[in-house]
Amino acid sequence: MSQPILQVRDLCIDFVLEDRTIEAVKGASFDLASGETLAIVGESGSGKSVTALALTRLLPVPPAKIKRGEILFQGANVMQMDAARLRKLRGGKIAYIFQEPSTSLNPVYTVRTQIGEAIRLHRPDVTDVDAEIVRWLDAVGIVDPAARMHDYPHQLSGGMQQRVMIAMALACQPDVLVADEPTTALDVTIQAQIMELLGSLKERFGMSVILITHNFGIVSGFAARVLVMYRGRIVEQGPTEEILRHPQHPYTRALIDCIPRLGSKDKRLKTIDHAAIPAA
Amino acid sequence: MITTTPEPINAAAASPSRRALRRFRANKIGLFALGMVCVLGLLALTFFILDRLGIPWPMDPNATNLERKLMPPNSVNWLGTDNLGRDVFSRLLNGAYISLTVGFVAVFVSLFIGVTVGSIAGYFGKWVDNLIMRAVDAIMCFPTFFLILTAVALVGPSILNIIVVIGLVSWTGTARLVRAEFLTLRESAYVQAARALGQRGPKIIFRHILPNAAAPILVTAVLGVPEAILAEAGLSFLGFGVQPPQATWGNIIADGKTYILDAWWLILFPGLAILLAALSFYLTGDALRQAVETRSERQ
Repeated sequence: MSQPILQVRDLCIDFVLEDRTIEAVKGASFDLASGETLAIVGESGSGKSVTALALTRLLPVPPAKIKRGEILFQGANVMQMDAARLRKLRGGKIAYIFQEPSTSLNPVYTVRTQIGEAIRLHRPDVTDVDAEIVRWLDAVGIVDPAARMHDYPHQLSGGMQQRVMIAMALACQPDVLVADEPTTALDVTIQAQIMELLGSLKERFGMSVILITHNFGIVSGFAARVLVMYRGRIVEQGPTEEILRHPQHPYTRALIDCIPRLGSKDKRLKTIDHAAIPAA
Repeated sequence: MITTTPEPINAAAASPSRRALRRFRANKIGLFALGMVCVLGLLALTFFILDRLGIPWPMDPNATNLERKLMPPNSVNWLGTDNLGRDVFSRLLNGAYISLTVGFVAVFVSLFIGVTVGSIAGYFGKWVDNLIMRAVDAIMCFPTFFLILTAVALVGPSILNIIVVIGLVSWTGTARLVRAEFLTLRESAYVQAARALGQRGPKIIFRHILPNAAAPILVTAVLGVPEAILAEAGLSFLGFGVQPPQATWGNIIADGKTYILDAWWLILFPGLAILLAALSFYLTGDALRQAVETRSERQ
């Protein structure tokens, strides 16, 4: 395997509050190969989103503080980049899709304005911006993109808004796409559509994807490798099938047990008993 | 692939400002108040233009005629005359022009300062915010009207001074509002998304945050106009405002109060003018607020 596109080494992130310090991420290390799909799985507060935001130093400093560690993007140290290089990295190299599509789009601008802005920012050589917008809207499966691009976000359904967000992220032609809970705010059928779309787009454009989720159910069949985070630590990582079949860490086992199964005799949904899990 | 043609959506009609306009049009009281504001503006503008052209309309507001002093409303002087025989209606129109000028320009000044200061405090936060907002608190400790009164007493009464002083002391409310909007919007998902896309700070302020705060800013601006008009009327009534012989609503009442028992029209009409002007602006602002209040029905 060639050199990984992204390397994270011993990343430690603290949130310094007035009366205490919370260690959000405690020494995370992982690699992302070019074209690879990695899923980071964990419950709320496990540090997965914080890790993702830290990749382009998007965390507000203070309260956040990257105490230790290294993030290398194509060999360049993100921690030492100046503001101008960071802006090129954000969106241009590492693009994000967030959880809430309805609030991630600016309500006062049309889809065309917002995607156009992203394209002009990261690809100044594109002359026919409108054609490019239509191309990407079409790629994410929006019917009649030439007409739809004049819509305001509130005119689109949640699923369409998320497609627009994906189009906006992809239009900058990033090397890495970070999807932070991209389907959590959507209902289950739309969830499946969006995951399918992400899967086909990743094949088509050959980018690396980091999928952040709390739902093991959407990981299998999408990500080749899984990284399980619990209380700020990576407790387990490996090939998805392997981990689903033979989870080593008790937390991973508990998390997998939480997936409701069709035809199961259990009357109650499983929850996680934190007392039974060792701290790390 | 589904091949049904999407329903034709008129994009222009769906823009936030168009939607607000549609809601405003449905508000009868607001429309009526806006109509009053327009009538007032038109009268003042007509008066102003004709005055500049040297055409006294309906009469010269400063021409005295002692033979016709203290006349009650009649067919020549529609709203009567004052103790020097000057036409009250003409003087009221002159007052309208002054009041509206003071109202709008002072609001513009205060808006400019308030929005700038509020955005800086709200966007940068931390010690910048603390420093600015404590200064704002300090200014807000003083009753606005007395602050204006003191300032005008120091720099001397003229229309320009009054405008500048009213503008300079009344921006604090706007600053607080804009700061609060920025604090909320700064954390919003689309501002996060804009940062994740690699946008610059100034662009985020002006393109992503400010337009979303435009609605409440516009509303405070419209509600600020009657405040400024009332402040000017109060100053003129006390003799610290626009100086005679230049007629304003405030000093017409001040001059007329001596004759209150003999010439009710000297007090009533300018009083009504102030009341109606302030009320129209307040009601317009209120209707505007309801029209742009989309928070509850967004999504």
